[in-house]
Amino acid sequence: MMEQEHLIDLKDISKDFDGTTVLNHINLYVRKKEFITLLGPSGCGKTTTLRIIGGFEYPTTGQVYFEGKDITDLPPYKRRVNSVFQKYALFPHLNVQDNIAFGLKIAKVPKDEIRRRVDRMLDLVNLSGYGKRKVDQLSGGQQQRIAIARALVNEPEVLLLDEPLGALDLKLRTEMQLELKSMQQRLGITCIYVTHDQEEALTMSDTVVVMNDGRILQIGDPKRIYDEPANAFVADFIGESNILRGTMVHDELVHFSGYDFPCVDAGFGEDAPVDVVIRPEDIMLVGEDIGQISGVVKSVLFKGVHYEMMVDCGETTFKVHSTIMQPQGSRVGLSIVPYNIHIMKPMSEEAAK
Amino acid sequence: MIKFLKRCYLGIILVFLYVPIGVLIVQSFNAGKSRAKWEGFSFRWYVELFQDTRIMNALYVTLSIAVLAMIVATVLGTLAAIGIYSMKKRPQAVMMTLTNLPNTMPDIVTGISLMLLFLFTKVERGYVTMLLAHITFDVPYVILSVLPKLKQMNKHTYEAALDLGATPTYALTHVIIPECKQGIITGAMLAFTLSLDDFTISYFTTSPLVQNLSTLIYSAARKGIEPSLNALSALMFVSLLVLLLIVNRRTAESKE
Repeated sequence: MMEQEHLIDLKDISKDFDGTTVLNHINLYVRKKEFITLLGPSGCGKTTTLRIIGGFEYPTTGQVYFEGKDITDLPPYKRRVNSVFQKYALFPHLNVQDNIAFGLKIAKVPKDEIRRRVDRMLDLVNLSGYGKRKVDQLSGGQQQRIAIARALVNEPEVLLLDEPLGALDLKLRTEMQLELKSMQQRLGITCIYVTHDQEEALTMSDTVVVMNDGRILQIGDPKRIYDEPANAFVADFIGESNILRGTMVHDELVHFSGYDFPCVDAGFGEDAPVDVVIRPEDIMLVGEDIGQISGVVKSVLFKGVHYEMMVDCGETTFKVHSTIMQPQGSRVGLSIVPYNIHIMKPMSEEAAK
Repeated sequence: MIKFLKRCYLGIILVFLYVPIGVLIVQSFNAGKSRAKWEGFSFRWYVELFQDTRIMNALYVTLSIAVLAMIVATVLGTLAAIGIYSMKKRPQAVMMTLTNLPNTMPDIVTGISLMLLFLFTKVERGYVTMLLAHITFDVPYVILSVLPKLKQMNKHTYEAALDLGATPTYALTHVIIPECKQGIITGAMLAFTLSLDDFTISYFTTSPLVQNLSTLIYSAARKGIEPSLNALSALMFVSLLVLLLIVNRRTAESKE
């Protein structure tokens, strides 16, 4: 029953390019109507994963299943997925409506229906009346919409998007993120999205897959990924963090920066080395004498919504975000609520596994 | 002063380049047979030109070979360019060197080596061998004009076509070829012009029985040039000029 809900299954996928391993035993499933984002730094294998699903690369080992059927060797033109490519890859020799109609013409859809569906798509992406324009007369944002329309008009089971907003400026990008997300929800379409922008990933996704070095580090909904990163890499990549080396004294007590702190994690053993992750906004600045630990404000940066202060506590320097500014040079106390201290196995040990 | 000298320099170059051609064109309208004396304007040599079966035959050979070589070279060159484009970096570099090499080789080397090849394989020289030779030297030029167009394309264009359901053949005929149409046409025109214009390679790859215009003029020149050949040269110059202008304009347009 669970298996049936999975639209796409990647089973033990590995990919080598000329002896370099790009993907290392990836296992992943995508559910129907889900917006799933592959997130990671460049070269982490996220685009290769997407291209394997699209059929543009064949995995060295492993299988791709689509609704339970093995499609590993199926060429792209026989897959029920459509893609939006980096920099759009529109066909410059065709005008806007012929670009959108390209897939329908191949599928031998009757002419009047093509016309109707193209017009509806143009409407959907707010570009009605642009049908006769040449593609290179459009702005980046408009080309982006056409690329999305060209894919969606075929009513694919899955829409694959490879950093589709990468070439747009910040404002347009944010607008398109919202637009894309609402389009996905209205049409109830499954999306697999690739980006290196953690904010974009958290805003748009139902599920985020964090990747690095050809491996999947964590799969979860955005809130979980942000609040409970599986390891220091994820914590560092998603949002800002203080990452410290520490020791687990015993369950629910961790030692770092020269002091013992109560926490909520257990099961690491006694005196075990751990990574400690604390979000800068989770550190409260209090009076010098009532904090768990005290230090001197080294620098203050205004970041718009909040101030970013670096607090030197002797052994470590903490990055602290707060809407209240403490002047540079002042002595402050730091206080951290136990459940905001995230304990994880050290990265080196994780990698050795 | 310097500006004046610069202009003079350019002027002298242009005079040396174009005065001979100008003289030739003027002479082609000279009513008399003498090259030294102007005996009045006339189309006499043009009329004789079109009545001379030897010349008309050579014109037919030249044009038909140029057209056939252009068609074959354009097809081969375009397909080769697409092949080279989809190669990996290293083989691509090797192929490009192999493609560029014949262009830099002197025609006489190409001509003699082709002649030796035909002698060696005991193929009788004539129309077919000349055609094969022309195709051979045309192909690299077609490749060189199509390849940049392919490289200008978004690298995902082909994949985008496949993604939308196009088979590889459909993607080739409906996306890749239309995308580099400009380069293909430029390549074809270059091939046509080069073939029309060639003497050295034709000379070595044909027999005295099958002559194109350039080899015919060459053999006629040894006996003294008939004024009708002036008329022929003038016509060739004008038609090549027109073709070159079109090619140049296309190249300039595609650079924009």
